[in-house]
Amino acid sequence: MSHDDVRAGRIRRAPENFLTEAQIAEVGKGRREFLRKAFLTASAAVAAPAVAHAARGESAILELPPWSTSLGKPVAANPYGMPSKYESNLVRRESPGLTRVGGSSVAFAPLQGLFGIITPSGLHFERHHQGWQDVDPGKHRLMINGLVKKNMVFTMDDIMRLPSVSRIHFIECGANTGMEWGNVAVPTVQYSHGMLSCSEFTGVPLRELLEYCGADFKKGRYILAEGADGSSMTRTIPMELVESGEVLVAYGQNGEMLRPENGYPLRLVVPGVQGVSWVKWLRRIEVGDMPWATKDEAVHYIDLMPDGQHRQYTSTQEAKSVITSPSGGQVLLDKGFYNITGLAWSGRGKIKRVDVSTDGGINWRTARLETPVLSKALTRFNIDWNWDGKPCILQSRAMDETGYVQPGYGQLRAVRGKKSIYHNNAIQSWKVVENGEVSNVQVL
Amino acid sequence: MSRCSKSLLAAVLMAGTLNAQAFEGLGREATPDEVKAWDIDVRPDFKGLPKGRGTVDQGTTLWEEKCESCHGTFGESNEVFTPLVGGTTAEDIKTGHVLSLKTGSTPQRTTFMKVATISTLYDYIQRAMPWTSPKSLKPDEVYALLAYLLNLSNIVPADFELSDENIAEVQQRMPNRNGMTTDHGMWPGKGMGNGGIPDVKNTACMKNCKKAVEIASALPDYAADAHGNLADQNRLIGGVRGMQTGEAHAAAPAESAAPAGEALAKEKGCMACHGIAKGIVGPAYADVAAKYAGQADAEAQLVAKVKAGGKGVWGAVPMPPQGHVKDDEIQAIVRWILDGAKAQ
Repeated sequence: MSHDDVRAGRIRRAPENFLTEAQIAEVGKGRREFLRKAFLTASAAVAAPAVAHAARGESAILELPPWSTSLGKPVAANPYGMPSKYESNLVRRESPGLTRVGGSSVAFAPLQGLFGIITPSGLHFERHHQGWQDVDPGKHRLMINGLVKKNMVFTMDDIMRLPSVSRIHFIECGANTGMEWGNVAVPTVQYSHGMLSCSEFTGVPLRELLEYCGADFKKGRYILAEGADGSSMTRTIPMELVESGEVLVAYGQNGEMLRPENGYPLRLVVPGVQGVSWVKWLRRIEVGDMPWATKDEAVHYIDLMPDGQHRQYTSTQEAKSVITSPSGGQVLLDKGFYNITGLAWSGRGKIKRVDVSTDGGINWRTARLETPVLSKALTRFNIDWNWDGKPCILQSRAMDETGYVQPGYGQLRAVRGKKSIYHNNAIQSWKVVENGEVSNVQVL
Repeated sequence: MSRCSKSLLAAVLMAGTLNAQAFEGLGREATPDEVKAWDIDVRPDFKGLPKGRGTVDQGTTLWEEKCESCHGTFGESNEVFTPLVGGTTAEDIKTGHVLSLKTGSTPQRTTFMKVATISTLYDYIQRAMPWTSPKSLKPDEVYALLAYLLNLSNIVPADFELSDENIAEVQQRMPNRNGMTTDHGMWPGKGMGNGGIPDVKNTACMKNCKKAVEIASALPDYAADAHGNLADQNRLIGGVRGMQTGEAHAAAPAESAAPAGEALAKEKGCMACHGIAKGIVGPAYADVAAKYAGQADAEAQLVAKVKAGGKGVWGAVPMPPQGHVKDDEIQAIVRWILDGAKAQ
């Protein structure tokens, strides 16, 4: 069976030689019953009711459905709401074979079906280093030590009494798109770009806590953030970012407390910087005078260059974009109008412009940026497109407020080679063929 | 005038400590013991390194007991995690550059090929290992395990004792100690890096930007199929559908929960090493069920094995003790296994 006969929805046109001459003659005689059977056997089942009732109209309108003719569920039947059961296809997913141990793995956000710029908290990508824990907030503590006048301990009650701010930022794993450095490896945008999410985070600027503890901002040009999970994940972060006020000690996400998978009850928010630095289950901040070279900044999250040297402490997520619809693994139902839509982001500030190409990068048109366009946040872009049914290649190219333009694969590889894992921000290409199928390709 | 600027200066100084007053009463001072309990990081300059010592021999014994089930007897295993040891040479120890990173002669990059700082290894073993019971090792045990790994990498001899006193000398023999650079534009501070200058430059060309489109790589069929039915991973309404790449699920999935045993086995990480019908690192559950079928004390035997770990029954790779799984959970998993480990 082909893809279009198991899904209700738009009718795919029958091929021109779908009915034989004899059959057409029979239809001409008004034998509608025959026509219905012909469609069924030709596996165009979804089309049949519409055609069968063509004269009177669609059954979806003519026959009142149960939801219009019965009593619905009362309020608070779902005390904490869940998505419609018809939306169960959009969930976080692991990429089979990527890792052997679920506790140190990744679950990707289903970008192919999301709207706007906010990622629903339950679909936020997951990346854990030693499994996730549901930490008791009453027992959670944040310690600040090192180059400070006083080593301090805060409870969640303390932190939530402090003046809070809420900011919308993207978080992207440094390894996002990492499987694609050499060749195309995964079929959909969920697996190629789904280590990416964007939320409104609520918390306290770390700068204020450090000032309160009397941090030595002159000598202490680095901080170490440490988590409370088994791995006690640690990362070095530059004091410049803390001083900017952007780094938050956050407990809120999209109006609710953080989800356990995203660091409940406390995590660090480090806008523009790869996700591994946004330490979850944050238990300690140490102020120091040099970087720590922790495991995930000395063995992983380092970039192998063609000369055999590793770049260490690469943290900023450079400007990047991807078309989320239509995207790999999807099928266009018909020729005609489509809205090409996608996401753009930059770790260096705001997105200034996104261009879209439908011919593999020969010609480009500038897309509409939808508001809000925020610094170090996802920006949604849209552009009108009439598909003429011919093969084509869709691409998007982001530019940020510093003037940096997202590179192509050829440009990125010319500098960094093919053996890197992290920080792949190359232009993504989706190939569309005549039958409407969209697949992942790389264009130099 | 001078008095005025003095008071201005005082006001500026005050601004820096404003919060110290504003947040009065929030938080408290940490006790020295509290700081000691949590401040466990070890830096490249060895600040934070605890005193202690351990030999390669002691490390060998500890390794077999606590580490080899995931990392292999010689740190070479790729079954659960990427290999720790391999790909470094005597020449690398001299130069401090691992040559195979440049030549690509060792496709699987090991930890010892990459790591530049020995403090990183001490810090990580201490804070995060063993996998299922992190932070359970004493300083001497960490030294011993690290000595064993250093010996496997031919950095120290078999009779070596690693300690806080000689670790700085061993650092001078780390094969990739000169293999890291911070000369790049992706550090968002001034302490290192080049101040944020990107290494790749593209221009925003709009018309006739190239002559032809060259497709360098396309998705192989197996890669599409390996990710399940893509039709089931897309919305059922809207402008596009998911491609049919596997068997379609029923329109309304049955709402039966996975059996408790299976759900627990998944949750507790057992399925990383055991498949239901096929062995992975350890035996398939179906094979375990077959082996113990009809034995009266099968449940008690298996519960004991899961708790304490086992070795030698199913091959060379031992199973570590599963201290993170509670007794009644082990019992539920074992009952499910003995019941045929039926998958849903």
